[in-house]
Amino acid sequence: MTSPPVADLSAPVIEIDHVVKRFGDFVAVDDAHFSIGQGEFFSMLGPSGCGKTTTLRMIAGFERPTTGAIRLGGVDVSKVPPNKRDVNTVFQQYALFPHMNVFDNVAFGPQAKRVDKATIKKRVSEILEIVRLTEFASRRPAQLSGGQQQRVALARALVNLPKALLLDEPLGALDLKLRHAMQFELKRIQREVGITFVYVTHDQEEALTMSDRIAVMSDGRVEQIGTPAEIYDNPASVFVAGFIGQANLWPATITEHATGTTRVTALGGASLCGSCGDVTLAVGSEVTLMVRPERISISLTQPTSQNGGDQSVSATVSDLAFQGPIVRLALEAADGSPIIANVDPDADLPLLRPGDSVWASWTQSAACVLPSVPNQQPQLLED
Amino acid sequence: MTAAAAPSRFRRPRRENGGDDSGVSARRWFTPWLLIAPGGLWLLIFFVFPLFSLGRLSLQDGGLSNYSTVISDNSTVIIRTFVYATISTLAAIIIGYPLAYVIATKGGKYKNLFLALVILPFFVTYLVRTLSWKILLFDNGPVVGILQSVGILNDSQGILGSPFAVVAALTYNFLPFMVLPIYVSLEKLDHRLLDAAADLYSSPARAFRKITLRLSLPGLFAGTLLTFIPAAGDFVNSELLGSDRTVMIGQIIEKNFGKEFFRPELSALSFMLMAMILVGVIVYARLLGTEEIA
Repeated sequence: MTSPPVADLSAPVIEIDHVVKRFGDFVAVDDAHFSIGQGEFFSMLGPSGCGKTTTLRMIAGFERPTTGAIRLGGVDVSKVPPNKRDVNTVFQQYALFPHMNVFDNVAFGPQAKRVDKATIKKRVSEILEIVRLTEFASRRPAQLSGGQQQRVALARALVNLPKALLLDEPLGALDLKLRHAMQFELKRIQREVGITFVYVTHDQEEALTMSDRIAVMSDGRVEQIGTPAEIYDNPASVFVAGFIGQANLWPATITEHATGTTRVTALGGASLCGSCGDVTLAVGSEVTLMVRPERISISLTQPTSQNGGDQSVSATVSDLAFQGPIVRLALEAADGSPIIANVDPDADLPLLRPGDSVWASWTQSAACVLPSVPNQQPQLLED
Repeated sequence: MTAAAAPSRFRRPRRENGGDDSGVSARRWFTPWLLIAPGGLWLLIFFVFPLFSLGRLSLQDGGLSNYSTVISDNSTVIIRTFVYATISTLAAIIIGYPLAYVIATKGGKYKNLFLALVILPFFVTYLVRTLSWKILLFDNGPVVGILQSVGILNDSQGILGSPFAVVAALTYNFLPFMVLPIYVSLEKLDHRLLDAAADLYSSPARAFRKITLRLSLPGLFAGTLLTFIPAAGDFVNSELLGSDRTVMIGQIIEKNFGKEFFRPELSALSFMLMAMILVGVIVYARLLGTEEIA
């Protein structure tokens, strides 16, 4: 897989420098530390309450870090109020001004900056052109559909040509079809204006589709930062593997380290190898072996490394479901562990029935060894 | 795309119930009239009819000259009445808006308690409330005493009987009518709009002007009407706390209606008061911008 070009981080637009945010005893963001480059589409992904929105609100200036610093273009803005920061936000429910028409909503920022009238008119018209709302300039927000309101919110923020655009689950209120259309629309607009986008979402598919890089967050902590392909193929933790896409996660014990691979026992004593994930864990550690369902092949006889994967276990079919582009097979390993395999319906397989014995196989590069204890210990307060 | 699809989504399928269509639509046509009938009749008998006869009475004997007579005879009182009503309305805005703002935005779980305190004076009769001010403002009373000792008033001056006493009491009596509608419009204000304004480079002052104030205009408008109209027609405050120097239109109407029953000039004065309030309200609505009110 080829990764999209990663943005230049030598002169980052946004630096989150060991930021901690506490609300009373609750740690909302725990030592977040990363940079976002010029022109990057950067997503913060995680379940609700993971700290992604709080981090975004700290970049916007609505919240102040308890400790740590936030820098915009190299300047510490941790104590600068939102109206004096050169970033703009697209709010979750858009927060359009209901008493103003589309033009006045979009012109609100430039007017506050005392840009002259002729320039405002020109810039608002240009940006309405980009979001394709030119003919709606005199409408009130209440007279627009959800998707149109969404684009007004986008235009209202982008017209100021900020250092970065912050988007807080902007597609959450739209229905599925419109959401898919808007994902491509957002990417197109971002390419057109070339501004850094910081995008908060709990939808892993959305993050994978649009992002140059993703920060996966859980319980206030950044679990992993990487390109969509890196995060999908080489998750750093059980949480990341489980949150993004589907994953088989089996308990395993490390038996041996070899060059580029770690040998473990799993699935009732089978000796298996994993070549991605954490290879620094000690022999004897309890770990998790992860394999994506679409990386698993099924055969009736034990495969050799030529016709299948170099890793294989025998299993019993317990269920199978046709899902259009794939057939989803539920298998049971010798020790009863579930194995999920997504196979091509065109795959050269005999008609399988529950109870049939098969071999499940994959290549060792598809198997990741992950620290078994999920990175989610209860938070301890240092003070 | 979506805009084109929207109308068809809301279009109601016709002839849903075949032949019965006419009966249903007839009943539908009838329902709203049935619902407004009790209130409508009440207003017709007890409001429109008396108003009509009052209007006819005002034109008897002298015709329209009745109006010019009452206006020239009472010009000082008329002007005074509107000045008092305007000042007390402005005072109610100055006192009431910040109060409503603080209750709505900072009240938290005590919102209802604060609102109850605002309404509390209503649990005492209007007349008693105003009379109690007489005790408060009495020449040997506490307020005058303090003001005299501080030197704001000299020893021979009092408050009772002064325009200040009347305007202050008008403000006090109608303040809740100002606070409540403003509170309602501020309470439903979406706080995220202020976040958005701050995000778009607005100082808190600009955000207040462009967002908070604008979106609370309907409440401010309602509060102004609810304060100004009764203040302009009031006679109790001036009667109890004022003097010859503070006579308002309401007092003249009230006094003379009692003695000389149904005189055309008095009807004309009443009508004129109503007309002036109406004109004032329309001008005010125009100044504020009708679009914002609706």
